[in-house]
Formats: sequence, C-alpha cells, structure tokens
Amino acid sequence: MKMVKRALAAGAALLLGATPAMAAWSDLNLRVGVTPLSREIHGLHMLILWICVAIAVAVFGVMIYSIATFRKSKGAVPATFDHSTKAEIIWTVIPVLILVGMAIPAARTLVKIDDSRGSDLTVKVTGYQWKWQYEYVGEGVSFFSSLAPQSNVARQLDSGIDPASVPNYLLDVDRPLVVPQGVKVRVLVTAADVIHSWWVPDFAIKKDAIPGYINELWFLAEKPGVYRGQCVELCGRDHGFMPIVVDVKPRAEFDAWLAAQKAALQASNAPAAKVAQVAPTDDRTALRVANAE
Amino acid sequence: MSANHTHSHAAHDHDHDDHGPAKGIGRWLFTTNHKDIGTMYLVFSLIMFLIGGSMALVVRAELFMPGMQLVDPGFFNTMTTVHALIMVFGAVMPATVGLANWMIPMQIGAPDMALPRMNNFSFWLLVAAFSLLILSLFMPGGGPASGWTLYPPLVLQTGDALPLAIFAIHLAGASSIMGSINIIVTIMNLRAPGMGLLKMPLFVWTWLITAYLLIAVMPVFAGAVTMLLTDHFFHTTFFAAAGGGDPVLYQHVFWFFGHPEVYIMILPAFGIVSEIIPTFSRKPLFGYDSMVYATASIAFLSFIVWAHHMFTVGMPLAGEMFFMLSTMLIAVPTGVKVFNWTATMWKGSLTFEPPMLFALAFLFLFTIGGFSGLMMAIAPVDFQYHDTYFIVAHFHYVLVPGAVFAIMAGVYYWLPKWTGHMYDMKLAKLHFWLSTIFVNVLFFPQHFLGLAGMPRRIPDYSTQFADWNMVSSIGGFGFGLSQLLFVYVIIKCARGGEKASSVVWDGARTTSLEWTVPSPAPYHTFDEAPVVK
Repeated sequence: MKMVKRALAAGAALLLGATPAMAAWSDLNLRVGVTPLSREIHGLHMLILWICVAIAVAVFGVMIYSIATFRKSKGAVPATFDHSTKAEIIWTVIPVLILVGMAIPAARTLVKIDDSRGSDLTVKVTGYQWKWQYEYVGEGVSFFSSLAPQSNVARQLDSGIDPASVPNYLLDVDRPLVVPQGVKVRVLVTAADVIHSWWVPDFAIKKDAIPGYINELWFLAEKPGVYRGQCVELCGRDHGFMPIVVDVKPRAEFDAWLAAQKAALQASNAPAAKVAQVAPTDDRTALRVANAE
Repeated sequence: MSANHTHSHAAHDHDHDDHGPAKGIGRWLFTTNHKDIGTMYLVFSLIMFLIGGSMALVVRAELFMPGMQLVDPGFFNTMTTVHALIMVFGAVMPATVGLANWMIPMQIGAPDMALPRMNNFSFWLLVAAFSLLILSLFMPGGGPASGWTLYPPLVLQTGDALPLAIFAIHLAGASSIMGSINIIVTIMNLRAPGMGLLKMPLFVWTWLITAYLLIAVMPVFAGAVTMLLTDHFFHTTFFAAAGGGDPVLYQHVFWFFGHPEVYIMILPAFGIVSEIIPTFSRKPLFGYDSMVYATASIAFLSFIVWAHHMFTVGMPLAGEMFFMLSTMLIAVPTGVKVFNWTATMWKGSLTFEPPMLFALAFLFLFTIGGFSGLMMAIAPVDFQYHDTYFIVAHFHYVLVPGAVFAIMAGVYYWLPKWTGHMYDMKLAKLHFWLSTIFVNVLFFPQHFLGLAGMPRRIPDYSTQFADWNMVSSIGGFGFGLSQLLFVYVIIKCARGGEKASSVVWDGARTTSLEWTVPSPAPYHTFDEAPVVK
C-alpha cells in the first residue's frame, strides 16, 4: 500500500514537473489552434517537421561519421572514386517519392482552405495605418479596433512603463472583433491605404489586406475565448502596433451582443454614427483619383 | 616576378606599363587588372558587411527587451530595410564578384577578364550606388523604410530618400549586368586550350550560371523600381488600384527578380564549397557532372517559383498549387548537391583547416535552412509561417552560415594565393568557432519566435517573446564582434606571415590552374595560355 502511494506521489510530481516543460514547448512550436483547419495545418506542420528531422538524422549522421572516421590524422587513405550512377539515381528518386508523399496531404488541405462556401456570417476587415475596421456585412454594425490605450502609452519611446506590467502588452485592443462559436465565419479582407495582413495564429489563417482587392478567408472557431494576432505585413511606422483580437462567444451570447450593438447604433442616431465612421482618406490616393478622372 | 612572366615578356612585345601595378592612388582608380579589381570588390564588400552588420545590431539592440528603448519605430524600419539592401547588393553580391574577378581568370588559365575597362567601370559604379544609398539615410523624411522588397503603396510614402534609393538600385544593377557580361565573355572565350566546358572548376560553372541569371533578372527589377519612380513623381498608376493599377503586380515582378536573386547569392557559394571540400578530403569531387546539371536545374526552377513569396496575397487555388509543387521540386537538385558533397568526404582523408571548417559549417547549417525552406514550400502551412520570424530564421540560415560562410571559406582558401602569406591559423580557427556558435545562438531561436507567432519587421513585441529575443540579440552581438577578428586576420595576413607555397594546401589538386602559379599570384598570370590535358 505504501509503495502504491509513493508511486502515485512520484507520478503526480512528474506530471507537475511536466507542466512547465509543456508550457515551454508551446512557446517553441506552432500552436494547435481552435479550428478544424488549424488542427489539420498543425498536423501537416508536424508531419513535415518529423520528415525533415528524419532526413537530417540520416544525412547529418553520414556527415558526422565521415568527419569522425575519414581523418588524415587517423591515417585515412583517400579513395579515388568520383561518381556512382547507382547512388545518384537512388538519392534523386527517394527524395522525389518523399516529396510526393508530402504533396498529397498538402494539396488536400490547400483545397479545404480555399473552400469558403456555406458561411453563416460575413465580416469585412479593412486595414488602415494603423488600425483595423470590422464591418458585419448586412447587419449595419461597424467599428474600428485600435491598440489598447494602456499598451499605447507603454510602447512610447522611453515611456518608463514596464511592458510586463501591462496586460497583453501590444496584443490588446480597445474593441475586439466578436464572432459566434461553432459557426463558419467568412472574412473579406481589404485595405484603405497600404498593404496590411490579417492573421490570427489560433485560426491558422492569414491573408493580405490590399487596397483595391477583396481577399477571402474563413474560420470556424470551436472553443469560445479571446484569440490574439497581429498585422503581419509591414505597413509603416506603427506596423507593430495594430493587433487583432477576436472574441469568440457562444452563439446566444453573440446574438445578444449583435442585437445590443444594433440597438446602440439606432439609439445614438444612425446618421451621426455614420459620419463618425468615414475613413480618413489618403491625400495621394484622392489626388490620383482626381487625375484619373 | 615569376619565370612565367619573364618568359612571356621575351616572347611578346608588351607595353612598358605591363610590368606591374601603377604607383599611388591611380593604380586603384584606373586599374584594369582583374586582381586589383577583385581586391577592391572584396574590400568594398567587407566594409559594406560591417556597415550593414552595424545596422542589424541597432535592430537587435532595440529588440533586446520588450518596450521601445533606443530608436523611433520609423528609424527601426529604415534599419531593417537598409541592412537588407546593403547586405544583399553591397556585401554578398560584390564579395562573390570579387572572388570571380580574382579566381575565374586564374582557374581557366586566362591572362585577365575579357573586358577589363568595363570591369573597372562596373566596380566604381557600385561605389557610386552605395554612396547614394547611404546618402538616402540623411534625406528629409528619413531613409527608405518599406522593407528591401520596396512594396507599393507603402514605398511611395518614402520621403526624398526614394529617388536616391532607386537610383542606387539602378546603378548597382547596371554594375551587376556589366560584371555578368564580363564573366560570361571571359569564360566563353578565354579558357585555356583543352579546357572544355565540362572540365571547368565548379566555381567557374556556378558563376557562369549565376551570370546568366543576373542578366535575365536585373533588368526586370530595374523596370519595377522605375515604375515606382514614375508612380511617385509623374502620377502614373502602375501599382495604384485607385488609378486602375495593381499593387500585387509589383510583387509578381519583384519576386520574378527576387527569387533568382536568392540563387545569385547562393550558387557561387555552392561553387566555392565544391572547390574546398575535395581539397581537404584529398579526393575528387563526387559527381562532377551531376553537380553541374543540378546547378543548372536550380537556376531554371528559380524562374518558376517566385510566387511562393506571396502565398498570402490571395492567388487562385491553381496558382498556389503550382507554386507549391514547383517550389518543392527545388529540394531534389539541392539534395543532390548536399549528397554529393557528403559523398566527396566519404572515404576521403580529411583535415580541418579554416576553409574546410567554414565549408563544413556551411554544409550543416545551409541544410538546416533547406529544411525550413521545404517546410515553407508547403503552402497551407506557410500561411502560418509567412511574415513571421520563422521566415527570418530561414533566410538568415541560408544567407549567413550559407552564403557568407562560403565566402569566408573562399577567402581563407585563396588568401595565401593572393597575399603570398599564410594567415594566423589559430586566430582564423577562433574566428570560425566564435562565428559558428554565435550564428546559431543568433538565428536558431528565431525559429521558435516565428512558430510562437512573432511577426517580422516589428520594433517591439509582446512579453511572451522576450526570452528568445534576448538570446538572439546576445548571439547577434557575439557574431558581430567576432567579425572584427576576421578583419584583423586578413590585415595581418596582407602585412606578412609565413611564406605560402604555390600549391598552398597539400590536398589542392594541381589540375586546378590557380595552384600552378606562384603565391602571391604575379600581377599578370598566364600571358601564355597553359594547356589543359
């Protein structure tokens, strides 16, 4: 009985000890994410990674063996061979087969990513220097989302504020994008000034926001929670300071949230709200439009 | 002077100035001698390497910890941008051109480059180009800050630095094209009797292919940046959607240049490593022919893979599929090269002088860059890697312990031939170990940062990325400072040292012609063509 208890205690300690190690591992590797696609992409990433590790062990193994064994200092006498057609055919054909093995699941996933049919909600995302605008298409709800004030103060040159004291430093916004859980959400991505890129790592999706283009992506978040990302295309001075926060709520909560947004919009007199949402226009673009006309 | 030279002087009626270098500064300004020009290219490249490296240290210093401590975010962007432009066009490319200038005539048994005056011109154009680029840092509105890829519309927000940076690119491009024409003409026309194309040293082969790549893509880049210039100053709208243009068009044109450009930097490195590994393995290069064909295949594939740099722009499915598959194919010829280098060492008799050490580090670390490259070729997963530090880690692995280490290996390989002295082996080995350790401390953690979600080109980051950024910065400073040792070893060797023999390395094959002339190589070599059996 004592033995069993001791074993249990040891097991618990091992588990406890393993937890920080696991946390460290998640800082080293791609996250699994919370969508069916993100899990599939993570699986593909691990597959390719392990194939590369296996090849590395083999190739580096031969290199290290050669370096350790065929040393002049150990009296190695050089051979004189300078080719072997058989070997060369083998190490051309085997990589081709490995690549085919990688390409098949990769192509399958790529096709799935491309299929945005059957979505229940469409959100239009517009990138600005340096904030995002979210618009619930057909719902009349739209707002800007910028770096949270606390982060914004702390990130100024020599602010004297310790970033560690700011919750979610640089990854927090004033108004997050809210979406329902378990629903296929289609996102239309564009930009108003320069190119930006919209990325939420937990959804495993990234698309450039390009002026004049409307790009499309989709995700289906299975777990409620707050997911954070950043602009990932250099867009000028404050490129590092336009994070993305997505709040995934259970369907009912989301519906209530959306209804509240609509009510607030009506209450505050729709025309006034619209004026406030006119985008700042880039002078040069305006000039070009004028020229073109 | 060598017996060779005296003999040729008797045989031909040469001009008086053929005896040796002119005196004073005029020697360097007006020289048409491939060795002088090669030296100038290499010294220029080393200076640019230190300037570009200092800019990288500004970047790494700001990223040492979270929070903005040192520079404005705009200046941070200027540092990443100009660091890249200087390292690509000012350090790596001129270094390989310098090696080509020195070594190609000596390896093919030619007295000089075929077009010596153009050779001089192409070097001095480069000096003009980088004077403009460095000047652009001091323009109103700050230096170029849109990334070295100069994507519109962002690049069009640059201040007065824009025209300077673009003219700098034009001049550097013209310089590269002239250099390439010179290399092709030299290789095609001035080979020693008996040296068929498939008898040329691998370094000559890789440079021949590189030169064709340069001629094919530099004009494309020049065209793209010229369109930026007219968009900015003359209200054309090539890349402005508001006027019917297309910002993505620029990216396609840029990467049609940009991907071959990557191979322009790495193919000569392949050539250098293919020279060094056989020498220090005391065994001929394994699979010479397949090395040549693999190089040519890589060059061909480089033209049809460009859009893998832009998987996230919203291409149609068929486009993403094509660029994913064509990119994966590159792994085959690249694999052949790595396997052939390994097979060259197999059953050899290895010694580990500094050139071999750097070549071996290249072999391991370039291969790691190759693996991450293969991972990024998989388009669906690249949606996660794209524009993160994973990419930064990848391309620094192929360019620093890849291209730069190969160039250093080449310098350590041929330096005794150039100066006539052996360098300080102990210090060179110390330089190797410091560089190799720190380059991994610098770049390996960036894989973790990228996978954990840190975007590239940001001046400040969330606290979860703090640890690895600090490690990476420490590696950066260690690597940067270690390069001062490199400069010291070179200067010390140029000033004097143990006399080098003509063969220099006991494993050097005398079939490679540079080892048949004395060390230091006389000012004029092969006035009379050697005969290759």
